[in-house]
Amino acid sequence: MLSPGDFDYICRLVLERSAIVLEPGKEYLVELRLKPLVRACGLADIGGLVQKLRTDRSGDLQREVVDAMTTNETSFFRDVHPFDTLRKIILPEMIRLRSTERALNLWCAAASSGQEIYSICMLIREHFPELASWRMNIVATDISREMIQRCREGRYSQLEVNRGLPAALLVKHFERVEMDWRIKDELRRMVDFREMNLASLWMGVPASDVIFMRNVLIYFDDAMKRQILGKVYNLLRPGGYLFLGGSETTLNLDSRFEQVKFDRTLCYRART
Amino acid sequence: MGKRALVIDDSRAMRRVIANILVERGFEVLEAEHGQAALDVLAQAGPVDVALVDWNMPVMNGYEFIKSVRASPQYTRLTLMMVTTETEISQVVRALAAGANEYLMKPFTADDLVQKLELLGLV
Ligand SMILES: C[S@@+](CC[C@H](N)C(=O)[O-])C[C@H]1O[C@@H](n2cnc3c(N)ncnc32)[C@H](O)[C@@H]1O
Repeated sequence: MLSPGDFDYICRLVLERSAIVLEPGKEYLVELRLKPLVRACGLADIGGLVQKLRTDRSGDLQREVVDAMTTNETSFFRDVHPFDTLRKIILPEMIRLRSTERALNLWCAAASSGQEIYSICMLIREHFPELASWRMNIVATDISREMIQRCREGRYSQLEVNRGLPAALLVKHFERVEMDWRIKDELRRMVDFREMNLASLWMGVPASDVIFMRNVLIYFDDAMKRQILGKVYNLLRPGGYLFLGGSETTLNLDSRFEQVKFDRTLCYRART
Repeated sequence: MGKRALVIDDSRAMRRVIANILVERGFEVLEAEHGQAALDVLAQAGPVDVALVDWNMPVMNGYEFIKSVRASPQYTRLTLMMVTTETEISQVVRALAAGANEYLMKPFTADDLVQKLELLGLV
């Protein structure tokens, strides 16, 4: 059983290091997610893990706990319509806007295992061949080291490629490796993957034309959401767009953004 | 108006699984246990929006079914999705070249199937 004191310790550690809020009632989640780590450390229970955390000076174990507590659910072309909007409206508009400098910067701010940014890369390759001669700076970040490693490998199980990925893109952009499917080098090379905590300093993230920050603000409290949206506001290039997850919004958090609706998709841009 | 789907699989249990997911999404569902039976259904039942096609079946397999559908001018608006345990790239390529619009590998979840239908603009 997870004692209230240990639960409290884990919650505080995770909050401090990732801004992820674990509310009372999430004890089961902590137990479920930390079980593999407890076992890997040869410990009996979370109590043992907390004891080890208190004395671990390297910070590695802390990082692993935070990693384990992240929710990494994602899929190729998740929700479908934001990608339609990107293809039909946003990218054509950005291409017009940046036609003199011929450079575009895209940032995927909670990449998880990479399906989202690779969906964007495939969409660019399929529908915007002209961008091949542009200077493209595509950055994908996540707090989880394990996830960033998975992104870099670009290797997906059959279950993962079965979800949301058009078959025509599967056969074109992936190759078989044993039982898995790996995204081809040409696409992997398009993206610069980096470990980065949205709640701390943002390093190496370029001012961006399109920012995908989907399904990550939900884990933070309002103060942290405001802080992050404030930084996004400063990072968004003139005319640029922000995509949030379906249950996320800037409303009542940062009034400098305006909501723009394209068909079924809500996007955000800086008010002029 | 509700859309119509034709589920083609020699396993009755699999037809039930797929049909249940579709019915929940408002589809009217027809069934056939192999490709030939499916061609008969298509000839008699009036317009169908999408066929979900297993590959390995007796009498006429799914690949042959897709080829015959694409060879007949009256079914040009029928969307075809392969739903199969065949998972080699070469098989996926063959099915698409024959005229399949999508390809779903077994096993799959209800969400996986629905997302494919979403890609096809059917839900
Ligand atoms: C549910 S996934 C979203 C993946 C993808 N954007 C999507 O919408 O499908 C949330 C991701 O946010 C990451 N995350 C959580 N807290 C973070 C933080 N403080 N900084 C950066 N990434 C964080 C997690 O590691 C996880 O991979």
